[in-house]
Amino acid sequence: MGQHPHLLVHEKADNVGVVVVEGLTAGTDMLCVVTHDNSDFHLTAKADIPIGHKVALTDLKEGDTVIKYGEDIGKMVGSAETGGHVHTHNCKTKRW
Amino acid sequence: MPYDATNKTVMAWRRENGRVGVRNYVVILPVDDISNAACEAVANNIKGTMAIPHAYGRLQFGEDLDLHFRTMIGTGANPNVAAVVVIGIEPEWTKVIADGIRKTGKPVAEFSIEQKGDLETIRAASWKAKEFVHWATELQKEPCPVSELWVSTKCGESDTTTGLSSCPTVGNMYDKLIPQGLYGVFGETSEITGAEHICEKRAATPEAAAKFKQIWQAYTDDVIEAHKTSDLSDSQPTKGNILGGLTTIEEKALGNLEKIGKECRYIDALGPAEAPEKGNGLYFMDTSSAAAECVTLMAAAGYVIHTFPTGQGNVVGNPIVPVIKISGNPRTLRTMSEHIDVDVTGVLTREMTIDQAGDALIECIERTANGRFTAAEALGHREFSMTKLYRSA
Repeated sequence: MGQHPHLLVHEKADNVGVVVVEGLTAGTDMLCVVTHDNSDFHLTAKADIPIGHKVALTDLKEGDTVIKYGEDIGKMVGSAETGGHVHTHNCKTKRW
Repeated sequence: MPYDATNKTVMAWRRENGRVGVRNYVVILPVDDISNAACEAVANNIKGTMAIPHAYGRLQFGEDLDLHFRTMIGTGANPNVAAVVVIGIEPEWTKVIADGIRKTGKPVAEFSIEQKGDLETIRAASWKAKEFVHWATELQKEPCPVSELWVSTKCGESDTTTGLSSCPTVGNMYDKLIPQGLYGVFGETSEITGAEHICEKRAATPEAAAKFKQIWQAYTDDVIEAHKTSDLSDSQPTKGNILGGLTTIEEKALGNLEKIGKECRYIDALGPAEAPEKGNGLYFMDTSSAAAECVTLMAAAGYVIHTFPTGQGNVVGNPIVPVIKISGNPRTLRTMSEHIDVDVTGVLTREMTIDQAGDALIECIERTANGRFTAAEALGHREFSMTKLYRSA
């Protein structure tokens, strides 16, 4: 097996992925793997993002639906550029 | 090759009612909080026994009392328990619990404290406990099919790695073992929130789906709507979940549901601590998402091994059921590996498939059933937490 991925994405339809390495720093050329079909792509990290946290795979703006597992997991309440950090500061459930 | 448990056996105890137990405890069981001291004294006198102290059992009524009895009786009746000494403050509720456990056919003795005092009760109960220990320690293990095990699941301190690795590992185990005859159960009513529409579709029958929906809706109406301050954001996801990268309840729920695999369908929705009655297969149980409460309820329903995926590192155990921890988070394996039984970090580095991770978990279940201590057992984690439905009278 070659290089370990930096980012895993559940489904092709997802617009966020998950950092799976510790100490990821801004500017890293990330190897990203879609677990559903094992396809891969590259993306540049725009921030220092902790392990387990989400990265935007496309430019996301306020009001956009965040898709993970191919499902709606909430909405953007701020923006994130491609490769940027998506978490509680810019994403929230639609439920309450 | 598909997993075949047909001829796979573990060395375990076949109980009087035919169930398979993987541990052989003599339990000193308090009916109520004020009998804890006497139970702990008996357990101190007689080696090889274990007291299970808890916080409740007085002035409860209605459904809450029913749940108390069900949890106490179910704990004593669990096949991991060989024999039980029940001690309560007064004889009537003590008898309800002792008689409930007796239905399994295992040895049960009951003692009550009023009109005797702690010391006389401890003396009489210690003699009986000693007799039970001599009897239980002579019981022999025998080969029992893996497919006859009852294996529960609930995850804790979840993060985004649980949905990617440890939860689908449990799902893979269920997809392989449930068709072979295993009893499974998942729960965590509040953590299904956000994926309740998906969970509803995973029922085997319209009746099971309707029962799940009713339980979930009742929880939402009676607990969340009745008690919420602003929203659940302060506790679902938990602070630990958020540190681990989970942002919303939907994201958490979708990861959580990975535990029931891709193929399994649940055949019934159970009340808390309710024993399954529709034969082998997967069940949903109405439980809290708090680790110790949930594992306690599943143990009381008769499950003998618990599989526990964790991301950030939950350390929970149970007095009578071995809790197997599975984690795929490399930081957790680096910082608190003493708590983890099955390391699935290879799933994140793409060096291990979910299928291989599922096989590793099955191997750990077999070894645990054969007697190997889990991390939680070796570290002395014996959390026993009763679920309370409302205030006592």
